[in-house]
Amino acid sequence: MIDISPSVMQFLLAFIVAGPLLGALAALLPPPPGLKGRSPEQAVLRHGVTVTGAVLAAAVALTLGFDHDTPARFQATTDISWIQALNVRIHLGVDGISLPLLLMTALLFFLCALYSYFKLPAGPSPKAFVSLLLVLESGTLATFAVLDLLLFFLAFEMVLIPMYFLIARWGGDQRQAAAWRFILFTLLGSVVMLLGLLLIGINSGTFDMVALATDNGRELTYTTQLVAAAAIGLGLAVKTPMWPLHSWLPDAHTAAPTVGSVLLAGVLLKMGTYGFVRILLPVTPDGMQTLAPYLAAFAAVGIVYGSLACLALTRKGAKGDLKRLIAYSSVGHMGFVLLGIATMTPTGVNGALFANIAHGLITGLLFFMVGALKDRWGTSDLDTLAGATGAALYGRAPRMGALLAFAAVASLGLPGLAGFWGEMLALFGAFEPAEGLSRPAFLTFMAIGAFGTLLTAAYLLIVVRRVCMGDPHARPDAAPAVLADVHGYEFAAWTPLVALTVLAGLWPAILLGLTDPAVQKLLAGGNA
Amino acid sequence: MTALLTTAAGPGASLVQTVDWLAIAPATLPAVVAVVVLIADLFLDRRGKPVLGWISIAGLAASLALLLPLRSGDRSTFCLADAPTACSYTADQFTLVIQFLVLAGALLTALLSVTGAREGSLPAGEFWFLLLSSAAGAALLPASRDLATLIVALEVASLPAFALVGLRRGDRLSSEAALKFFLSSVTATAVSLLGVSFVYAATGTLHLTQVADRLEEVPAQLDTLAMAGVALTLIGFAFKTAAVPFHFWVPDTYVGAPLPIAGYLSVVGKAVGFTGLILVTVIAFPSYSDIWGPALAVLAALTMTIGNAAALRQAPDRAHSAVRLLAWSSVGQAGYLLVPIAAAAYSERDAIGSTVAYALMYAVVNLGAFAVAALVARTAPANRISDYRGLYARRPLTALALAFFLLCLAGLPPGIIGLFAKVVVFQSAVDAGLGWLAVVMAVNVVVALYYYLQWTAVLFRAPKAAEEAAAATTAPAATATVTPTAAPARIPVPISVAIAVTGVVAVVLSGAPEAVLRYAATSLFPQ
Repeated sequence: MIDISPSVMQFLLAFIVAGPLLGALAALLPPPPGLKGRSPEQAVLRHGVTVTGAVLAAAVALTLGFDHDTPARFQATTDISWIQALNVRIHLGVDGISLPLLLMTALLFFLCALYSYFKLPAGPSPKAFVSLLLVLESGTLATFAVLDLLLFFLAFEMVLIPMYFLIARWGGDQRQAAAWRFILFTLLGSVVMLLGLLLIGINSGTFDMVALATDNGRELTYTTQLVAAAAIGLGLAVKTPMWPLHSWLPDAHTAAPTVGSVLLAGVLLKMGTYGFVRILLPVTPDGMQTLAPYLAAFAAVGIVYGSLACLALTRKGAKGDLKRLIAYSSVGHMGFVLLGIATMTPTGVNGALFANIAHGLITGLLFFMVGALKDRWGTSDLDTLAGATGAALYGRAPRMGALLAFAAVASLGLPGLAGFWGEMLALFGAFEPAEGLSRPAFLTFMAIGAFGTLLTAAYLLIVVRRVCMGDPHARPDAAPAVLADVHGYEFAAWTPLVALTVLAGLWPAILLGLTDPAVQKLLAGGNA
Repeated sequence: MTALLTTAAGPGASLVQTVDWLAIAPATLPAVVAVVVLIADLFLDRRGKPVLGWISIAGLAASLALLLPLRSGDRSTFCLADAPTACSYTADQFTLVIQFLVLAGALLTALLSVTGAREGSLPAGEFWFLLLSSAAGAALLPASRDLATLIVALEVASLPAFALVGLRRGDRLSSEAALKFFLSSVTATAVSLLGVSFVYAATGTLHLTQVADRLEEVPAQLDTLAMAGVALTLIGFAFKTAAVPFHFWVPDTYVGAPLPIAGYLSVVGKAVGFTGLILVTVIAFPSYSDIWGPALAVLAALTMTIGNAAALRQAPDRAHSAVRLLAWSSVGQAGYLLVPIAAAAYSERDAIGSTVAYALMYAVVNLGAFAVAALVARTAPANRISDYRGLYARRPLTALALAFFLLCLAGLPPGIIGLFAKVVVFQSAVDAGLGWLAVVMAVNVVVALYYYLQWTAVLFRAPKAAEEAAAATTAPAATATVTPTAAPARIPVPISVAIAVTGVVAVVLSGAPEAVLRYAATSLFPQ
C-alpha cells in the first residue's frame, strides 16, 4: 500500500522475529534508571507491553509495506547461510499466507501483554512471566516467518518450554499434570515431524521451503513423499490438534492462565495448520493426496466429536468447565480447517486459512471472556455459574453479556461475522475436492461437517442461555454480590478482536485477496 | 624447528628417524609437566601443594596453545626411513581436533579437581601426576599411526585412570570401582593385543596404512587369522567407548570415582576409545569393512538402546542417581558416537567427521553437566536427582546452565547444537543406507528425551522445604513463601569457571553450530 524500501522491509521482518527474544533477555535485567516505574513489577509488565507493542507496530508497518498486488511472492526476504554442513539457511520471508497470521499473532500478544499489565495471573515473579511471554512470541512469529524446514522445526519447538512454564507456574488446578501432558504430546509429535523433515531434506538435498515448494515434490519418490507426509502430518496434527490426538488440549486449556489459553488457542494451534499448508501441500503433494481422505475423515469426526463433547458439558449437572468447553469447541473448529486443507483445492485451503484467522480472533475473545468470568466468580464451572436459572449476565452486567453473546454467535458461524466464511469455504471445497480424491467420500465428510455446524450452534446457544440469561434477582450462592461489568482494560483488550471479527465477516476479500494468489501458486508449484 | 638426529651411519640406510618436536609437543608437554609435578610434590609442604594444581592447569593450557602452530595439519614424524609415507605420528586435522578435545577436557577436569585436591579429599601430587599422564596418553593416541604406538597410547591413557578412580582415600566403593574397572579393562587390552599380534602375523607390518594395503592381499591360508585379528583388535577399543556388551563397568566406576574423574572418563576416556576405533577401522582395516561395519552398526544400536533403557530406570531418590543417570546416558551417547563409524563402512571414511562433531558437542555439555553435579555434590554428597529439586530457586544460573546441558544432550531446542549434532549423525546413517539404524536412533532419542526432561523439570520445581511451608500455611500466602531458606554456600571459583566456560561455549555453539559441524562436512584425513 505504501512504498517501503526492501531493506527496511527486511529489517522489519527480522525485528519481528528477533525483537521479542531480545526483549525477553532485557526483561531479566534490572530496569534502567528513568524507567523504574512505580515498582519493579510494574516496570517489567510495562516493558512487556512496550516490546509487544513495538512488534505489533512493526507488523502493521510490514503489512502496509507489503506489495498487495503480488501476494504470492515472498517479500521482505532475508537469506543467510547458517550451517553449511547441513545446508541450513536463515531464510525469512512473508507472503499472503503468512502475513495475516503474523499480524494476528503480533496483535494477540500485544493484547495479552496489555491484559496482563492490569490483571497478572497469580504465580511467581512477573519478570519470568514477561520474559516467557516474549520468548513464546518470538517462537510463534518465527514459525510463520521462516522458510527453512529445520528453522521451522526450531521455531516450532521454541514455544514448548515457555508454554510449559506458563501453564505449570501460572496455571490453575492440576497444572503440573496438564503441563507435563502438553509437553509430552507435542514433543513426541514433533520428533516424528523432525524425522519427516529430515527425510525430505536428505532426499532432496535442500531444506529450503521455497525451493522445495517450487519443485513440488518432483525430486522425491512417491514412497518418500508418503512417509514424510505421514510423519510431518502426525507432528502437526498433534499440535493442531486433530481428533484423536487432541486429548492434551482440554487439560492444558483448563489449567492454563487466561493469557495462556488465549495464546494457545489463538496462535499455537495455528502453527499446526500453517505447517500443513506451507509444507505438506506443496512439498509432498503425492503423499498428501493419498493421506487427504484420512485427514478429512479425522477432521469430520473431530468436528462432530468436539461439538458432542461440548454439548455434554453444557448439560445441567455435568460440572462442565467453560474453559474446557471452549477447548473442545476448538477441536471442532480446527476440524473445519483440516477439512479445508484436505480437499487440496484453492477454495478449501483459502477457507482453511480464513477459518484459522477467524478462530484465532473469536476463540481468543472467548477465552478472554471466560477468564474474566472466572476472575469474577472464582470458577468457570458452568453449573456453579448458572445456578438454578442462569447467570443473568444480561441483567447484571449487560456489556459483558452482550460481548459474550457476540463471541458465541461469531463462533457458531453467523453470516456477517468472521466465523462464517472460513467454514463455509471449507465445506464448499469438500463439495468438489481436488482431482484424484474420491468425491463421494468428501461429500459424506461435507455432510458430517454441515451437521457439525448445527451441533456447534446448539451448544453455543445453550451456553448463552445459561450464562447470559436468567433471573438477575435469583442470585445463586456462588455469585459475587456486586458483579463488575467490563473494565476499561478489558475493553481495550477485547475491542480490537470484536472489530476485526466484524471486519473480516463483512469484508472477507481483505483476507482472501491476500491468501488466494499465494494458495493458487502453492498448489500449482512452480507452474504458476 | 625440526631437530635432526643424525648419526655417523651411511646415507640412505639410516634406521634413525627424524623427530619433529613441535608436532609431538602437545602430547609430550603433559607428560613432562606430570614428571615435574611428581618431583615438585616431594619438595613442597602441605601449604605449597595447591601450586601443583595450578602448574598442571598451566601445563594443559600450554599444550592446548601448542596446537595452534600445527593448525595447517600437514606434519608427520617418526616416519620409516625406507618408506617416508609410513609414519608413526601424524598431526593431521583429525589428530588436532581430537587432541584439542582431549586436552580441553583434561583442563576442565583439572579445574573441577582443584578444590577437591586443596581440601585434601584427594592426594595432590599423585592426583595431578596421574591426570597429566593419562592426558598425555590420550593426546598421543589420535596421532598414532601404527598399532604398537596405538596400544601403548591406549595403556598410557588407561593405567593412570585406574588409579584415579581408586584415589578417594578410605572409600571402599572407590577401590572396588577401581578394581572392577582395572580387571575388565586389562582383559580387553589383552584381547586387543592378541588381535594386533594376529594382524602383524598376517601382514608383517604395524603401520596402519601398510596394514591396510597388505590386508587386501592376504594369502588364503592366513585369511582367518587376519579376520580374527581384526575382530579382536576392535574389542579393546569398543571396551573403552563403553559399548555394549563392554559397558557394565561404567555405572559403578563413575559412582565410585571422584566426580571430576567420572566426567573425565565419560569424555576423554570415551574419546580415546572411539579415536582408536576410527583409526583401526577406517585407516587400518578398510578392506574388512564388511565385517566391522555390520558389527559396529549392531553394537551402536545395542549400546544406545541398553544405555537409554537403563537410564530410564534410574529412580530419582536412590543414592548417586544423578551420577548413575549420567553414566547410563553416556553409554547411550556412545551409541550415537558409533553410528557414523559404522556408516563409514558403507559409504566413505569421511563419515567419521560426524562422530568428531558429535564428540565435540558431547564433550562440552557432558563436562558441563558433571561440573554442576560436582557443585551439587558439595552440599548433597548422596547426589540424588531429587537433590536437584528447586536448584533454580537456590542457584538460578547454575540451574539454567544444567538445564541447557541436559537439553543439549537430549537434542531439544534451545539446545540447538545438540539437535544438529544428532542430525549430522542421523544423516550419516541415512546416507550410508543404514535406514534401520537411523530409526533405532530416532526411537532412542525420543526415549532419552523423557529422562533428560524429567531431570530438567525437577530443577525448576519449588524446593521441598518451601512447598511444605506453603502447604502448612493457608493458600493465599502460598505464593510468597518461595524464598530460599538459607543463603547458599559460596561456589569455589574454579568450579564456577568450569561451569561458565562450558555454558558459554554451549550457548555460542548453539548460535553458530557451524563451528563444530563443519567437521562433519570436510575430510579430516589427508587424501
